[in-house]
Amino acid sequence: MTDLLTARGLEKAFGGLQVLRDVSFEVPAGTVTAVIGPSGSGKTTVLRTLNALDRADAGVITIGDLSVDFARDVDRATLTRFRMQSGMVFQSHNLFPHMTVLQNVIEGPVIVQKRPKDEAIADARRLLEQVGLAEKADQYPFQLSGGQQQRVGIARALALAPKLMLFDEPTSALDPELVGDVLRVIKDLANQGWTMVIVTHEIRFAQQVADQVLFLDGGVVVESGPPAQVLTEPTEARTRQFLERILNPI
Amino acid sequence: MDPGTWDLIWRNLWPMLAATVTKTLPLTAISFALGLVLALFVALARISPIRPLSLLARGYISVIRGTPLLVQLFIVFYALPQLNIVIDPFPSAVIAFTLNVGGYAAEVVRAAILSIPKGQWEAAQTIGMGYPTTLRRVILPQAARTAVPPLSNTLISLVKDTSLASTILVTELLRVAQLAAAPTFDFFALYGVAAVYYWVICLLLSSGQVRLETRLERYVAR
Repeated sequence: MTDLLTARGLEKAFGGLQVLRDVSFEVPAGTVTAVIGPSGSGKTTVLRTLNALDRADAGVITIGDLSVDFARDVDRATLTRFRMQSGMVFQSHNLFPHMTVLQNVIEGPVIVQKRPKDEAIADARRLLEQVGLAEKADQYPFQLSGGQQQRVGIARALALAPKLMLFDEPTSALDPELVGDVLRVIKDLANQGWTMVIVTHEIRFAQQVADQVLFLDGGVVVESGPPAQVLTEPTEARTRQFLERILNPI
Repeated sequence: MDPGTWDLIWRNLWPMLAATVTKTLPLTAISFALGLVLALFVALARISPIRPLSLLARGYISVIRGTPLLVQLFIVFYALPQLNIVIDPFPSAVIAFTLNVGGYAAEVVRAAILSIPKGQWEAAQTIGMGYPTTLRRVILPQAARTAVPPLSNTLISLVKDTSLASTILVTELLRVAQLAAAPTFDFFALYGVAAVYYWVICLLLSSGQVRLETRLERYVAR
């Protein structure tokens, strides 16, 4: 299988703090990569560099046929093209509160991609159907539950037809009973063959959905491989300790 | 009150209303509209990471807020002619009031923009929006909600501040009252009427503010 995404030698520092050190990995097309690790390990930063929300200080990221070397100056047009390669779903959804659900979903296609509005609306309704929110199209985000808001966030990202979907702890801010709905939607996407990178604390979910698991600690990829290996028979002591803590918190 | 006073009031109701409609209201509306546009750019400059730009904006705000509006009016109308820049009374007033509103409203706009969570900028970025589009589509519509109450204050102050234009020969509401009262020294009556006129304008604006706020609150949980 060809790689849809490759990251080579990602480096990132905030102020004096080195957050990522020589992070490299690849994501084959049509596969799901789960990024796990303790808080402060740099897992969210990795994800954000893939969308240039945080610009890597060095390293090359290739998504599809677009390769960007972040050690050099990147011009704005390239950066925008790079960003549009992937769709981002945030931990705290970041929906536009002043727009209805439907308006949130068509905003990118209509305003940024300049697609005809009726076409964008038709697509948006299909996407909302897919995430189980067809009947909420005309509501405002504040009228939805956390899980519903998150699913609108997923639809909004999908609407731009990216090559790759990025999820930053999509269920961490949710009430436990709402987590399932969101995970189901993500699982559906996996089954449809979407290529995805998911930062998550849901180890069981990672086990079920991921083809590859990256364990990050201290800004380094400590261990990576199929979930059956990384999550059940980790070779590194740090991975074992982390999984121990997260699976048996008390 | 003697009947002559009533007559004087009666005779001046219309000219004062005319001055309000032809001078006070346009002066307020034009200055406020231009001032808001100016304020937006000053606010953006002020929060810009480009240091000289931000310093310039800071300096401007500081000068505008640190000097009396009357002095600003006098500089435009009485001082600029010394540099051979001669501007008519009404445009002079528009310039001075615009600059004044620009300085005050800039701080309001800045605070309103900064009140929008960073996640909104990021979400806009991830769907491919650039800076101007993000401002127009995402940030400003939300910032408006925060900005309306303090900007209404600015507008209502401006309505009353336009009376200062009487000092640079703009025949606005107060000036007409002054001129009408001068021959008989009947200041109480005519300044009273002027006060009522100003008050009514402000009442109307306040009710407009309430309606606008309700409209902007529609997407907020209560």
